[in-house]
Amino acid sequence: MSDFWIRFSRNKGALLGIAMLAAVILVALVAPLMFPKGPWQMVQRPFLTPFATEGLPLGTDTLGRNVAAGLAYGARVSLLVGLVSTLVALAIGVPLGAVAGYYGGWVDEAAMRFTEFFQTIPNFALAIVLVAIMEPTLTSITLAIAIVSWPPVARLVRAEVLSLKKREFVDAAQLAGLSNRRILLAQILPNAMSPIIVMASLMVATAILLESSLAFLGLGDPNIMSWGYMIGAARTVIRSAWWLSFFPGLAIVITVLALNLIGEGLNDAMNPHLNRKGRA
Amino acid sequence: MKHLLTTSFLVAAATSAAQAQQQGGRLDIVVQPEPPSLMLGLVQNGPTQMVAGHIYEGLLRYDTELQPQPSLAESWEISEDGLTYTFNLQDDVVWHDGRPFSAEDVVFSADTFLRETHARLRVSLAYVESITAPDDNTVVFQLSEPFGPFINSFEAGTMPIVPKHIYEGTDYANNEMNATPIGTGPFKFEEWVKGSHIHLTANEDYYLEGKPYLDEVFFRVIPDAASRAVAFETGEVDVLPGGSIENWDVARLMEEDDVCSTGKGWEFLAPHSFMWMNNREGPTADPRFRQAVMYAMDREFVRDVVWNGFGKVATGPVSSRTNFYTDDVTDYSHDPEKAKALLDEMGYDGTPVRVLPLPYGETWQRWAEAVKQNLQEVGIEVEIDSADVAGWNQKTSEWDYDLAFTYLYQYGDPALGTARNYIESQIEKGSPWNNVEGYRNPELDAKWAEAAVTFDRDERQKLYTEIQQEIVEDAPVAWLLELEFPTLYDCSVQDLVTTAIGVNDGLRDTWIEQ
Repeated sequence: MSDFWIRFSRNKGALLGIAMLAAVILVALVAPLMFPKGPWQMVQRPFLTPFATEGLPLGTDTLGRNVAAGLAYGARVSLLVGLVSTLVALAIGVPLGAVAGYYGGWVDEAAMRFTEFFQTIPNFALAIVLVAIMEPTLTSITLAIAIVSWPPVARLVRAEVLSLKKREFVDAAQLAGLSNRRILLAQILPNAMSPIIVMASLMVATAILLESSLAFLGLGDPNIMSWGYMIGAARTVIRSAWWLSFFPGLAIVITVLALNLIGEGLNDAMNPHLNRKGRA
Repeated sequence: MKHLLTTSFLVAAATSAAQAQQQGGRLDIVVQPEPPSLMLGLVQNGPTQMVAGHIYEGLLRYDTELQPQPSLAESWEISEDGLTYTFNLQDDVVWHDGRPFSAEDVVFSADTFLRETHARLRVSLAYVESITAPDDNTVVFQLSEPFGPFINSFEAGTMPIVPKHIYEGTDYANNEMNATPIGTGPFKFEEWVKGSHIHLTANEDYYLEGKPYLDEVFFRVIPDAASRAVAFETGEVDVLPGGSIENWDVARLMEEDDVCSTGKGWEFLAPHSFMWMNNREGPTADPRFRQAVMYAMDREFVRDVVWNGFGKVATGPVSSRTNFYTDDVTDYSHDPEKAKALLDEMGYDGTPVRVLPLPYGETWQRWAEAVKQNLQEVGIEVEIDSADVAGWNQKTSEWDYDLAFTYLYQYGDPALGTARNYIESQIEKGSPWNNVEGYRNPELDAKWAEAAVTFDRDERQKLYTEIQQEIVEDAPVAWLLELEFPTLYDCSVQDLVTTAIGVNDGLRDTWIEQ
């Protein structure tokens, strides 16, 4: 484990990513303490510019709501949706891919055709349709994102399992009389964890982007302040109030960038034998 | 004695002659969305009316005070008992194809064609016993009982006069002449390039000397709101009719030089916004809760902030721009304390209510958010529901809502545009345009019915005042704003909006200062 941290911390970008993500998580956690009245409260005149009014560092929006409060509460939503939808996607994709890869044959065929069925529909289009059908609530949005995100997981896990099951330690386990389930759960999957973890960190980033895009299009939960909603609502006044779309946009960039940097760092740390370009 | 209501043709001519109109020029005006058809007798939606209101004409036009003005009828008389309407038609009117226009065309349009095609007019025509043409220039409408708002039924969108020689005996909807409409109006149909523009040219044989002033009019189809604003800024179009661009762009463009604007031209439609409150179940079934909602809302804030200052706080069911309005009703100014007291009195237990916004874009979404905040401030638990246009139609017409935003047209008279939201006979699932809130008040139903068939203006005013006072006290719905959709235009365009339906029939008098 300490080897891992040493390798991880050698990647300066990954450390920066951790710092940025930590900051976002901190803001999300203390949001109710900093802004006890919530993000929807109309606190001042609308369209106050940033850095001009005390107590409203990022100005106010079209209805006179505190932009800083919106950002803080938006962080909660983005992180929550990103995390939960990724976990749900993993819960669908990992077992399906593992079973397909390990048992092969018709099981594999069936699982992969099912996966392809989802893969042939563009992610975002499917997410829009799902949310529109289920009516936009936090749950339905999270679920929709999970449903469009799991197919790559299933394919990745299947490929990993396919290559791992030909290794000698699996042969050994079979000779020792372990059941298929034991072999899959205790021998193969732990060895497939590193690519899954790397992929998961990137999926969180994608999920945050998806949630923001949905909210931008007006398909967010109308009772929840999110970054995508803030940009969508501000788009119409972008020529007169740039800060309303700029700050939430910046928040999305920072969070997604942080997750990508971390993902890359994890990749380097967990696959030390993969010497990437320019690194010793 | 007979009321000779007007022959104000000379008066109208005299006032407009104060400025010297200049002949010639081309006007580009946005039409949004592209109309499905230009045959005004078959289709009466907004875009169709804006274009076809210049091709077809009604017997009358209405000024911005809703007073009748001459159009195809030069003068008119109403008998004292309110049962006989006699119209004297203009001389020398010809259809765009050169055939002479006569009283027979009016009889055919009103009695045969529109009775079949025009649902809204059918309500008024139900009171009409006979329509006759004693001579070529006279039409007489004989009513079975007096119908107060009847005099408001003659503008081009409500009763367009269509050519008998083209439509008599044909299948109206499939008549091939629908593609090249023939009217009597100041402009003739020239060309329609789908997805791009509709081109009208001046009618040289128009019966009013010197009119129209413009040589040609292009109705431009530009599908995106931001592009429409840009087209106006670059001078590609001269006129942006109300509602064709977003509110904040209206406010921004109005500050520019050479941009003029007017809120007039919506008096006949008078879009009136309110929230239906479900009178059948939940907290909204209690009048005290509904009154609390009225007191809790800061409607002036919404007008100033969400609507950029456009519009007027509604005092009750009738718009101040509509006939028989009264402001002598309960005043629901923003008063959170009163709202809280009412909620305490009824013992509101914190049951959450759902608010369904109108899915017509950002403005309405912001409005719902502002109302949610207002209601939460007095202790009402609120969730914002969401739905697309189809979903909104479904939820409201199936009564699956607690509070739901909407707005409806008033059509100049409470009997035409207002009564339908409050009388018991209009409680019926399946339509989002009737008494969706489920308000029942048999005593008022009788008054509504009586007011509709009363002819005397003062008597009607008295009845409608009583109705408004009682209904505002009951607050079956939460009245919001009298919406205003300003028309923006290049300041060189003169006399653009002179009637109660604005650019829907006003270009007859419009001219461009060179």
